[in-house]
Amino acid sequence: MSDKPKLAFYWCASCGGCEESVVDLAEDILMVAGAVDIIFWPVAMDFKKSDVEAMEDGSIFASMINGAIRTSEQEEMARLIRRKSKVVIAYGSCAHMGGIPSLANEFTRSQIMEYMYQEAPSVVNPEKTRPMLNFKHNSENVTLPEIRNLVRALDQVIDVDYYLPGCPPTPKLLKQAVLTLLSGEFPPKGTVLSPDEALCEECPRKESKPSDLSFKHFYRPHEVLLDKTKCLLSQGVVCMGPATRAGCEALCISGNMPCSGCFGPTSRVRDQGAKMLSSLCSNISENDEAGIDKVLGGIPDPVGTFYRYGLASSLLRKKITEDV
Amino acid sequence: MPDKNYEPKIVAFFCNWCTYTAADLAGVSRLKYAPNVKVIRIMCSGRVDPQFILQAFASGADGVLIGGCHPGDCHYSEGNYKMLRRFRLLKRMLSSLGIGDDRFRLEWISASEGEKVKTVINDMVEKLKILGPLSIPKQISILDKELEEVTDEHTEQLTGRKELSHV
Repeated sequence: MSDKPKLAFYWCASCGGCEESVVDLAEDILMVAGAVDIIFWPVAMDFKKSDVEAMEDGSIFASMINGAIRTSEQEEMARLIRRKSKVVIAYGSCAHMGGIPSLANEFTRSQIMEYMYQEAPSVVNPEKTRPMLNFKHNSENVTLPEIRNLVRALDQVIDVDYYLPGCPPTPKLLKQAVLTLLSGEFPPKGTVLSPDEALCEECPRKESKPSDLSFKHFYRPHEVLLDKTKCLLSQGVVCMGPATRAGCEALCISGNMPCSGCFGPTSRVRDQGAKMLSSLCSNISENDEAGIDKVLGGIPDPVGTFYRYGLASSLLRKKITEDV
Repeated sequence: MPDKNYEPKIVAFFCNWCTYTAADLAGVSRLKYAPNVKVIRIMCSGRVDPQFILQAFASGADGVLIGGCHPGDCHYSEGNYKMLRRFRLLKRMLSSLGIGDDRFRLEWISASEGEKVKTVINDMVEKLKILGPLSIPKQISILDKELEEVTDEHTEQLTGRKELSHV
């Protein structure tokens, strides 16, 4: 092994998009590979857990962990990697805030199990088989990790040094992050490695955002033909831009789709969803309950809209069940 | 089982110009109302950031009450309308997150309605007593106990194996 800094990638409850985004570095991946040794990357390279266990504590320069934490196995791996690494970066929305998987916190574990293994229309399971943590098979003990009660963001399980936001983070941000770390000039712990301002600030349609939005109707993107030049909020579409951190260079808006909030809030906001709800509602044109409710009818699923990437790290974290 | 000794905790945000003044009036008029409410004075109900409400619930409040000026009477002309608009959606969102209607209330109480402060608070306390505690911090700490069950058991069973199938 050379004495280049060691870099690790790991994935937990995620879709694989974050891994893809590393490959999206294109030619720059050669720069990264030239500057560091990638010593653990299950999706792309053949290293084992035991290889990581054999390393000295703190010997990995930086680890990028993507995905939310849903199972005991993911907890175990996250803790192992934490122990072995100097710097841990929560990579992507799921590690950063729980991501889309954390919308599962709207349901209890037993509801999810019941649906997935029994009630779903495509399931045939008359014997009511369920996954078991332990099972004896040919006198061999077979085990499965446990699905936990909550989906968690990475920093709800281990200590996290930095966050790379996005679903997935852009190659540009990843490259910047790697260069920053290699330069040895570490930003303060807890920094989200993306500009600390609202997406609207870098939106190409910023000029067309009216100072008074005055919503009369909310549309979902498929319900209306969208003008490609005007602010999406001014067209009555819920664009999370005002409550979302900049850094993606308005990728979705360039595709004529509203921001759905994957970069999370800026450092001044604790709960992205609450802040977005506040901003949208304040600007509704109606003053009476019936009128307000009619306008708000255009937002059928407020939790899924405002907390699409961050229910786990929101103030409430989950659906409250009064009988726990 | 409902606990007979259970006393609900209510966090109330009262606007300086109407409801807070009304609460003062209730005080100087020696009206008696339930002591379960912690009043926070704000300049306008329009200043209530939904984050305050979520923070109150997440910190252990059983109910949140917001008091503002009657429609048309806002000192800042439309702050109470802004609160009403947020309230309508927040109520729906909270209810889909398991926090029911009786736990989150918006009331218009003018400076002269000391009596209404009393009836609203007493009524809310009664309803919350029937519902029982919400105790979000307790719920979360119970669920977070699973994090302490260090996965040793799992590791132990796998020790001695040469390879994990998933890594």
